[in-house]
Amino acid sequence: MSHFRFAINVTPKPGILDPQGRAVEGSLGHLGITGVSDVRVGRRVELTVEAADPAMAFATADRLASEMLSNPLIEAYAVEELGATSSITSSAAAPASPDAD
Amino acid sequence: MAVRVGVVVFPGSNCDRDTVHALAVAGAEPVVLWHEQASLDGVAAVVLPGGFAYGDYVRAGVIARFSPVVRAIAGFAAEGGLVLGICNGFQVLAEAGLVPGALLRNRSLRFVGREVTIAALRDDTPFTRSVAVGAPLRMPVAHGEGCYFADETTLDQLERDGQVLFRYVDPAGTVAGPTDAANPNGSLRAIAGVLNAAGNVAGLMPHPERAAEGILGSDDGMGILRSLVDSAALAAHGRVQPVGAR
Repeated sequence: MSHFRFAINVTPKPGILDPQGRAVEGSLGHLGITGVSDVRVGRRVELTVEAADPAMAFATADRLASEMLSNPLIEAYAVEELGATSSITSSAAAPASPDAD
Repeated sequence: MAVRVGVVVFPGSNCDRDTVHALAVAGAEPVVLWHEQASLDGVAAVVLPGGFAYGDYVRAGVIARFSPVVRAIAGFAAEGGLVLGICNGFQVLAEAGLVPGALLRNRSLRFVGREVTIAALRDDTPFTRSVAVGAPLRMPVAHGEGCYFADETTLDQLERDGQVLFRYVDPAGTVAGPTDAANPNGSLRAIAGVLNAAGNVAGLMPHPERAAEGILGSDDGMGILRSLVDSAALAAHGRVQPVGAR
């Protein structure tokens, strides 16, 4: 078995009201930024899947993305492959963080 | 004997005790159903109460959707069992696909906790048999994600088939627009509650259990709860089938 790292990016579908994106856009003036539009706020989930091969790992990540991490009525998702991780331990898949316990 | 009505408790539910109390006032024998149980203990109806099931992480209601009790409720609903979702319970039902649509972040981006006025569009459903069509009903909302959304085709279909159960109205009974003050969250077509196609599962964002006795400032919610309890009693005796879509 190998470990594969994925990122799942979930974004509001086109046409869905995104008040968070609106709020970001509305605050741009405070930063003195101009020329930014169509802000859409989504969510990124990173995870490690243990599987025999990349295709099976991708299928698992895709199922999680479609069934739980996104709601097909309102959100689109894309699964991004971040590559195989060499070590068995999942902690090696990401740099140690202060709250990793 | 009082009819047994289940009240689901998820980690993070916070309206379960109010709901238990209000259902008892409405004449039921409330039965608490823990989220990890896969059996509904033979109840005649189920209420999913408000709160923040599983912390509302990822999206309100989605993690609850995969709990053993919600899988059992899906089976119960498929057999015609009566299910009512209130606030977070509505979000769980929507995520589980047991009622149509989705609840988005409020248009204001703010959590809204205040009294609203809603009106029922039908009085021939198990949830509104004791409610007059169009009568203003005052009860609180308390949510951050209550903006009802479905695509235009679905909205047209819901209206045509009588699946819009409650709308936000102003105190005079006029339906609220998406940006009117009477619409607390920007819901499309002012939808506050919907019915599934079979007519046995309903969800609404406002809290009838918080407006179920005069001492609470309004008892307008009692009509909804009494409707459910009476319908459950009839269903328990096999005397009524839920009214389906028109």
